[in-house]
Amino acid sequence: MTDNGLYGFKAEMRSMQIQSITKRQDKITPKQKSMAEYLEGRENQIVTKGVDSHELVGGKPSVAGSVSQRACVFCGSRVVLYPIADALHLVHGPIGCASYTWDIRGALSSGPELHRSSFSTDLREKNIVFGGQDKLYQALHELIDKHHPKAAFVYSTCIVGVIGDDVQSVCKRVQKEKDIPVIAVMAEGFQGSKKDGYKIACDALFSLVGTDESMEVSPLSINILGDFNLAGELWMLEEYYKKMGIQILAPITGDGRVQKVQNAHRAALNVVQCSGSMIHLAKLMKEKYGIPFIKVSYFGIEDMSDALYEVAKFFKDDSVMDKARELVKDQLTTLIPALEPYKRALQGKKAAIYVGGAFKAISLVKALRLIGMKTVIAGTQTGNTEDYRLLKTICDDGCIMVDDSNPVELSEFVKQTGADLFIGGVKERPIAYKLGIGFCDHNHERKLALAGYDGMLNFAKEVYETVTSPVWQFVNKNKE
Amino acid sequence: MQKAESIKKKVMPSGDAFASSCNACKQCTPLGACIAFKGIEGVLPMLHGSQGCATYIRRYLISHFREPVDIASSNFSEETTIFGGNKNFNTGIDNIIKQYHPRVIAIASTCLSETIGEDVQRLIYEYQETHNWMPDLPVMIFASTPSYQGTHSEGFHEAVFAAVKTLAEAFGPVGDHINLFSNMISPEDIRHLKEIVEDFSIPAMLFPDYSDTLDNTSWDSYRRIPDGGTTVDELKRSAQAYASVELGYILNSGGMNGRIKDNGTKQSAGEYLKNKFDVPLVRTGLPVGILESDKFFNSLSSISGKAIPVKYQRQRGRLVDLYIDGHKYVSDKRAVIYGEEDLVVALAAFAAEIGIKPVLCASGGESGKLAETLRKVLGKNYYEDMVVGQGMSFERMEEVMQELKPDLMIGNSKGYYIARKMDIPIVRTGFPIHDRIGAQHSHMLGYEGTMILFEQIVNTLLEDKQRKSPVGYKYM
Repeated sequence: MTDNGLYGFKAEMRSMQIQSITKRQDKITPKQKSMAEYLEGRENQIVTKGVDSHELVGGKPSVAGSVSQRACVFCGSRVVLYPIADALHLVHGPIGCASYTWDIRGALSSGPELHRSSFSTDLREKNIVFGGQDKLYQALHELIDKHHPKAAFVYSTCIVGVIGDDVQSVCKRVQKEKDIPVIAVMAEGFQGSKKDGYKIACDALFSLVGTDESMEVSPLSINILGDFNLAGELWMLEEYYKKMGIQILAPITGDGRVQKVQNAHRAALNVVQCSGSMIHLAKLMKEKYGIPFIKVSYFGIEDMSDALYEVAKFFKDDSVMDKARELVKDQLTTLIPALEPYKRALQGKKAAIYVGGAFKAISLVKALRLIGMKTVIAGTQTGNTEDYRLLKTICDDGCIMVDDSNPVELSEFVKQTGADLFIGGVKERPIAYKLGIGFCDHNHERKLALAGYDGMLNFAKEVYETVTSPVWQFVNKNKE
Repeated sequence: MQKAESIKKKVMPSGDAFASSCNACKQCTPLGACIAFKGIEGVLPMLHGSQGCATYIRRYLISHFREPVDIASSNFSEETTIFGGNKNFNTGIDNIIKQYHPRVIAIASTCLSETIGEDVQRLIYEYQETHNWMPDLPVMIFASTPSYQGTHSEGFHEAVFAAVKTLAEAFGPVGDHINLFSNMISPEDIRHLKEIVEDFSIPAMLFPDYSDTLDNTSWDSYRRIPDGGTTVDELKRSAQAYASVELGYILNSGGMNGRIKDNGTKQSAGEYLKNKFDVPLVRTGLPVGILESDKFFNSLSSISGKAIPVKYQRQRGRLVDLYIDGHKYVSDKRAVIYGEEDLVVALAAFAAEIGIKPVLCASGGESGKLAETLRKVLGKNYYEDMVVGQGMSFERMEEVMQELKPDLMIGNSKGYYIARKMDIPIVRTGFPIHDRIGAQHSHMLGYEGTMILFEQIVNTLLEDKQRKSPVGYKYM
């Protein structure tokens, strides 16, 4: 998120934004903070920009009794590691944890698809009483013999942490016997929230990094951290970087392969998206292997282009920069006019954002602005205080910012702000629909590519399709 | 080969015989409990455990019902896990009351809280005691649902039982109403059952009635707790009912389901009311198809002392007529039927009466009663080469299907990938339906529902034939 004013398109974008901001002088007057009965202890997790002076605090554990939209540690680890397609992902626990995460993520693979099956030790009462270690050992043998994975991740769930199975020693033993990496992911759900699970997943990945050196590496090579190849988004990025002459050595973890992760320490640069989930790995790799990292986002024109320019800048190679400029120019020449009709139709509409991480929220605020929309609610499940400071700088006055929200609050905010669109995941969808406003799925279950330039067009189209649908005429809205 | 042998035996080894499971054909017990709890008026369910359980289950249910499903969690942390959940429990209840003002808080345990030995009944008692038994405190119901015992189906029936056990009181003479325990069915089918008993002029408590809470209208403002559901008063009066009608032969009767000891403590709500309050119990299956629907309508007829209303006689007549119109398209087709055990029995009985061979009947449930129930219910229509699988995963189903070469799959969305791989059509029914809209309106009970299901099956087969034909007939 650095200043790139020297690159032509950016200035153009700026002026577009300024125009749209000045056009939006009719912006809502900052209202009193919602009268929603916030749960005690959540006061500093809700801020209305321009009204409240306190800082939005992120990273707090969820309050008991709340209907949090957040998930657990296991979920965090599972979503990060899930796209590694040639690894066995074995969930050690009763069936639920595996069942609910079976093939839910739209993370595509160009080759093997072992990740799309859901493996579990399906623990029963007797295993809880007498221990599940033997079952785990047998399961690993059974599954490795059958599927020949390149590595195995064993996820430890709540109950395993409680009954005290020594998952690590089982993994070590099987690793020796089967001669593939068998990694214990100690992701007991009660340890914290999803975010803590990300960190555990990063540690698991880090234990693979540096264990193979057999791949060919170009001097202009990067690792992509934190893209999960939803709807083939990674392949789009790959295309862009390829045009710039840059090799993606290891995509972590979208369209991921064990061997690529093992070789990841040989790349020149780590490019981190979704910093919430992957920054820990980037830091570990910097510490041990001296690989620098940059934080990027691929959503929206600005951030996507920045991602390309930043990489080009890093390599200090004029030809790479020229190619990047040319690529961006090419893309924008077709994209900007294509966005125009959507922008006309959506001008002045209001959007609510509630997504997993803060970087995505920041990109979305910008992307919405590009199609004439104003963000009136911006919230995340896992943002931290620092992320929120940044988010605040780009939000307009009157925007409600919220950390770890719940349906009661979100529906209250939607009513209060009169939003026309909600951007979130499946759990937020019924809130939007019940209140009679449009919805855009920006979570990991989506089947539509939203990253990159094509993704921006898809995004505009999806927002347009939902916001301008004639079905809303049948909804009685108690909007002022 | 083990699998070839098992097919010869026709009853597959249960899931417990394997160290691992791939692509389970079941969800965990608290999920089922949450569905049942949503059938109580003014309820907010809470899971006593980690926050992931509530979030995953909410996502799963929202994707099926396409309605808001608010489930609170006591959000265990590491500290809670070590020192116990009472603090989280109390704060949780406080916060739910503050935000939702529910009439009922229905609590289900999870594997975590069960294993560390949380005594939720005690926690409820203590909460009520510290609040001086204030009359405006929400009613609290607790179902014990550790996920290592049984499947979502057992969780559902456990919650139904828990609600009845907590609330039913003997406080008056026998009334003229009945209890209708309707099993895990769609909101549309709940509405249809209510219509049927109403047409018999039988006052009935249908439980759990989530026909509104999980299939609501569009709102002008957000309802924290959606309208609808079986009321607490109705549940209280269930002990005075004239009779209970329970749909499903298996329910939560699988005492050995993942348990070490079969201590026979598991009873259904109907059995409990019969044992404790002498409420007569009539049990039939889910009324799918003519034979099973006949049983249901005849039961209502004998309970009410009234003839089957003409409306339903006409429906039955039209259904017979429809069967005749379509019989050649389905005759001798080989179908795989999967889902919850009671659903599998109902669908197999229906398939068998229209000439479809249920070549594989599979369930993730492990009551140990599926094979005998199928034989008993299907009677003379029983298909002798039927393979029955309990505790089945989709992966094991697929292995068997590769040998059985079925023409059709009938079951939930999760089997779609096998249908796609084997290029056979799939009729989506049951739970979950995540790749189509309208699961909440799926209708297959009674003569009317069977008509819709029959048409769906015939049309799916026709569509398949048409798609695979080189000719492209417009007239089939």
